[in-house]
Amino acid sequence: MATAELTNPADALEAFRKEAAGWLKENFPKSLVGKENVLAAVEGGSDPDPEAVAWKKAMGEKGWGTPTWPAEYGGGGLSFSEARVLQEEMGKIGAWNPIGGMGVMMLGPTLLEFASEEQKKRHIPPICRGEIRWCQGYSEPGAGSDLASLQTKCEDKGDHWLINGQKTWTSGGQWADWCFALVRTDTTKKHEGISFILLDMKSPGVEVKPIRMISGTSPFCETFFTDVKVPKENLVGEPGNGWTIGKRLLQHERTNLSGGGSLGRGRGPSLSDIAKHYVGTDAEGRIADADLRMRIVRHEMEAKAFQATARRVMLESKSGNISLGSSILKNVGARITQERAELTLEIMGMNGLGWSGEGFSQAELGATRGWLWGKAVSIYGGTTEIQNNVIAKRILGMLDHQ
Amino acid sequence: MAVLNEEQTMLRDMARDWAREKSPVTAFRKVRDAGEAIGFDPKAFAAQAEMGWTGVIVPEAYGGSDFGYLSLGLVLEETGRTLTASPLGTSSLAATSALLLGGSEAQKQAWLPKIASGEAIAALAVDEGPRHDPAKIAAKAEKSGDGWTLGGAKAFVAEGDGAHVFIVAAQTGSGIGLFLVPADAKGVSRASRNMVDARSHAEVTFDKVALDADALIGPEDGADLLDRVLDRARAGAAAEMLGLAVQAFEDTLEYLKTREQFGEILSRFQALQHRMANQFTQIELMRSVVEGALEAIDAGRDDVAEKVSLAKATACDTLHLVSREMIQLHGGIGMTDEHHAGFYIKRARILENAWGNAAFHRERFARLAGY
Repeated sequence: MATAELTNPADALEAFRKEAAGWLKENFPKSLVGKENVLAAVEGGSDPDPEAVAWKKAMGEKGWGTPTWPAEYGGGGLSFSEARVLQEEMGKIGAWNPIGGMGVMMLGPTLLEFASEEQKKRHIPPICRGEIRWCQGYSEPGAGSDLASLQTKCEDKGDHWLINGQKTWTSGGQWADWCFALVRTDTTKKHEGISFILLDMKSPGVEVKPIRMISGTSPFCETFFTDVKVPKENLVGEPGNGWTIGKRLLQHERTNLSGGGSLGRGRGPSLSDIAKHYVGTDAEGRIADADLRMRIVRHEMEAKAFQATARRVMLESKSGNISLGSSILKNVGARITQERAELTLEIMGMNGLGWSGEGFSQAELGATRGWLWGKAVSIYGGTTEIQNNVIAKRILGMLDHQ
Repeated sequence: MAVLNEEQTMLRDMARDWAREKSPVTAFRKVRDAGEAIGFDPKAFAAQAEMGWTGVIVPEAYGGSDFGYLSLGLVLEETGRTLTASPLGTSSLAATSALLLGGSEAQKQAWLPKIASGEAIAALAVDEGPRHDPAKIAAKAEKSGDGWTLGGAKAFVAEGDGAHVFIVAAQTGSGIGLFLVPADAKGVSRASRNMVDARSHAEVTFDKVALDADALIGPEDGADLLDRVLDRARAGAAAEMLGLAVQAFEDTLEYLKTREQFGEILSRFQALQHRMANQFTQIELMRSVVEGALEAIDAGRDDVAEKVSLAKATACDTLHLVSREMIQLHGGIGMTDEHHAGFYIKRARILENAWGNAAFHRERFARLAGY
């Protein structure tokens, strides 16, 4: 921390604010405002904009893309207060975080907790610099909700591991450089036979096949492993400890997938605005379709309750308490996302059901594809049904009938 | 299930067998993959015509069988189960109804035999925006000499790409009139719209189209006629929706009975059992009101409008639920294009929008009932 010599915490934070503002002003080009590509960290293709490349490099070297991660592994080494200040300063000038993807959202925090010193030194810095794209090798055709029934075999061959099997729903598999996977090192035990391993997607024997989704896109792949040799040092934790590590990683995934409280906030026109545009208003300026209007209200109120809960959960967990509220975030987030998409579609009528070509605006086509894609939110990262099981069994203590 | 007579039972069984054997979902997939603007397979439509389905509501004098709306609804339900892409609902039910209810003898002679034989496809061109709203018709037909000059644009006209004749709703000066407009008339142009269900929903423009006096179907002030025609179109859409809901439900049930997780067949989980029981319940309710609307039309009852709005609103809500549950309960596989769950939800949303969504019909029902 550059301002360590200042003893008053408030002064120190203000000093950091100045430092952050100055650095951002110097490094974030105004031309990049609004040009954030949230999928860039997942999808392939190098960014053609040299200014965006330079911005990513600067943020990566500074470690501020992963502001609270330890500086010794390439993170920003900031406190939570400093990270919030940084975010505020970025918000002021429209700067966005160019470092993201599964490495940041899921793998990094998991490695920090479970990996050996060598593994941390090797794998975390490239994540902080946004150099390596990671994909997740968890689900298999026969192991979806029942993930622990996974069969991908990982055999100890003395000087290396040998992996055979098939993964599915590998997000961004066709663009990924590396994969973190759950594999079976022991076939005699269910959960304790699973290990957590890191593997190079360029290894011989790795084959990926994109899966076309109902939205027309192919963000996932089937991934096949045929006699893939993996160095011994790539196994994280102890053999058989993968289920514990993998579950911890899923917690990071679920927190991120719930939308983190950003849903329904500020961005773009509100449902009410869209409805007034497509449906029109009555003499008193209300949405002309009274039935639709009430359903929009119900939805918006639930979204507000969701945001309030997400905020409460964040505050409670920061103060060191385990928040029961966190268990509901993914399901509520999924429901709100999907309901908003359905309402948008209903409001737009036939204009919200275009697939491509003439006659539809970009916003309308985006609404259609987003609606279809959004159906995955209640399936991936633990289905709504599985989340409800967790609530019923672990929190409410409702056990299966015998 | 409505109590069917022998002819209706035979017709339904025939449609069910044909749909399963000759027009399974894979046939729709081929139509989708072909990407033709016309949005259906002419051979499949020809086969339907050959079996007489294009003339089910057409009187025998014009080449039909006069079996009525419930009978045609049964066919639409069965073919809807496998998502058969065909102009049957639009041409042989909706547009045909306009001729049956308002057409002069000459108009019937000119078009019904061709429609009943499948030689001609007719389309209803009513809405001008993305949401069904017959109160917002701006297209205009102006008297010129003995005839009319028609101008305006119609949006998302079902089967608009393949239609040979349009039945166009337009302001006549004394109200809304319906006009028969051949697709090859001078001034008629169409632009395809590529939509989620891969079917035809064209933008059709009428630019100073000159029409003879006998192009007008029914009175110059024909809002009532239009309403009655629309009610028949709505009931037809609801019948197709019933087919979609039934099949989506059955496929989901079958999947739950075969997919294993946690060492158990999914259908043994009580939480899922109750969800399926709920859908089954809603579909039973839907069937009653959809068949009730079709029967009311056949019986010439005076509460057709209420019955139809009840049926369409219920159909929209139920199919909405079932199409969502189909994807969720199939899990990841239901999200893939390789599976057909996506086809059902896409067609479902189009039909939910067609001729008034649930909110439209709840509002209409409330008005009709004096709430």
